[in-house]
Amino acid sequence: MQSLGIDVLFKGTNMLRLLQGLWVSVAISLISVAFSIVLGFIVGVLMTSENKIIKAILRVYLEIVRIMPQMVLLFIVYFGTTRVFGWNLSAEVSAIIVFIFWGTAEMGDLVRGSLKSIPVIQYESAKALGLNNFQVYFHIIVPQTIRRLIPLSINLITRMVKTTSLVMMIGIVEVLKVAQQIIEANRKASPNAAFGVFLVVFILYFLICWPVSRLAKILEKRWA
Amino acid sequence: MDIKVLIDYLPLYKEALLLTLKIGWLGILAALVIGIAGAAILHFKIPVLKQIFGVYIEIFRNTPLLVQLFFIYFALPKIGIKISAEMCGVLGLGLLGGAYMIETFRSGLESIAKIQTESALSLGMTKGQVLVHIILPQALSISVPGILANLIFLLKETSVFSTISLMDLMFTAKDLIGMYAKTIECLFMLVVFYLIMLLPVSIIGSIIERRVRYAEFGD
Repeated sequence: MQSLGIDVLFKGTNMLRLLQGLWVSVAISLISVAFSIVLGFIVGVLMTSENKIIKAILRVYLEIVRIMPQMVLLFIVYFGTTRVFGWNLSAEVSAIIVFIFWGTAEMGDLVRGSLKSIPVIQYESAKALGLNNFQVYFHIIVPQTIRRLIPLSINLITRMVKTTSLVMMIGIVEVLKVAQQIIEANRKASPNAAFGVFLVVFILYFLICWPVSRLAKILEKRWA
Repeated sequence: MDIKVLIDYLPLYKEALLLTLKIGWLGILAALVIGIAGAAILHFKIPVLKQIFGVYIEIFRNTPLLVQLFFIYFALPKIGIKISAEMCGVLGLGLLGGAYMIETFRSGLESIAKIQTESALSLGMTKGQVLVHIILPQALSISVPGILANLIFLLKETSVFSTISLMDLMFTAKDLIGMYAKTIECLFMLVVFYLIMLLPVSIIGSIIERRVRYAEFGD
């Protein structure tokens, strides 16, 4: 394997640094997912509301998230806010803001979808039995939607982890950036390091996302 | 905001948009081909190929495009496989999109109840006729929303091409910000050009989606 440059990772603390880089993206994803799930629930319930103004605002919000690449949003928040408002957001904070903005819309749409999937007759029957609005949601609707939502939210985690690889573009030192640094530093000693190091990064991402998406799939089958 | 700057930048962004569109649509074309072929292979359970496509889907669905591109562009040349940046973009987008398209097409195929195939066969239709007249029209109409979602997703993903030094919209914006520090103007143009690229797809998509719903059977 000498020629393929995987050995570079066993020199000094290289592997450790790579894993630390990976942790940066995973940490950003986990923080963003946690907020997105909570906020997404609120947005999802609001989306089922009949109020025209709320509906219109949420439609615009969803459409922005649907159309704008996350990278563009990252640039706007990181470079744009400094210019316009004079805020000095760190790259990490900008990234978390963008991913919460994105994740909330995604989660909101999932929540709306699963709320809509409960037949109207269930709301009506529950009301006919004398339950009030809160009881209808708490005892009838939410337990059913949660089962559908858990696998979908787990999927959101893997998508979040995959998307956070973009943060290197606004200068956060995450796994790809560390990989580049390692390759750069060993340019002379092992010119083929790019192969080994990027292969390892590829595998690391797979090892994180694959088990999580398997879990989501299994739960989806069991609870469907 | 300086209007003159916007006008100055216009040709650069136009150029970038054309490049993004070229690579984007070639990649999407590749994704559709892979998607249809893969879905057929998985649906008809063709041995060996079925396993290969299964592994392919898992690998490409569970890694970011950015990492895939880095691997294709920076790592593969070290073992003697050299690919131009543009080809690399098409290949990366095609492989990523293919993995998603397969799942979309397959879920369409699988949503058709078995009884429909059986009924059609018992009415004296051949297997080919069943596929062309019964299964595909319904399966495609069910897949349409998924395909459209994939289209938008893939066109958005083109934004990472800038990392392998393709002069796409993102690259142009970043470059111009770096050179002239007209941040607001550059970001504004970036948003406008992504809207030009994606808004029509989104609008036409939702119109098509409403139309094909009629093709669904029952419900």
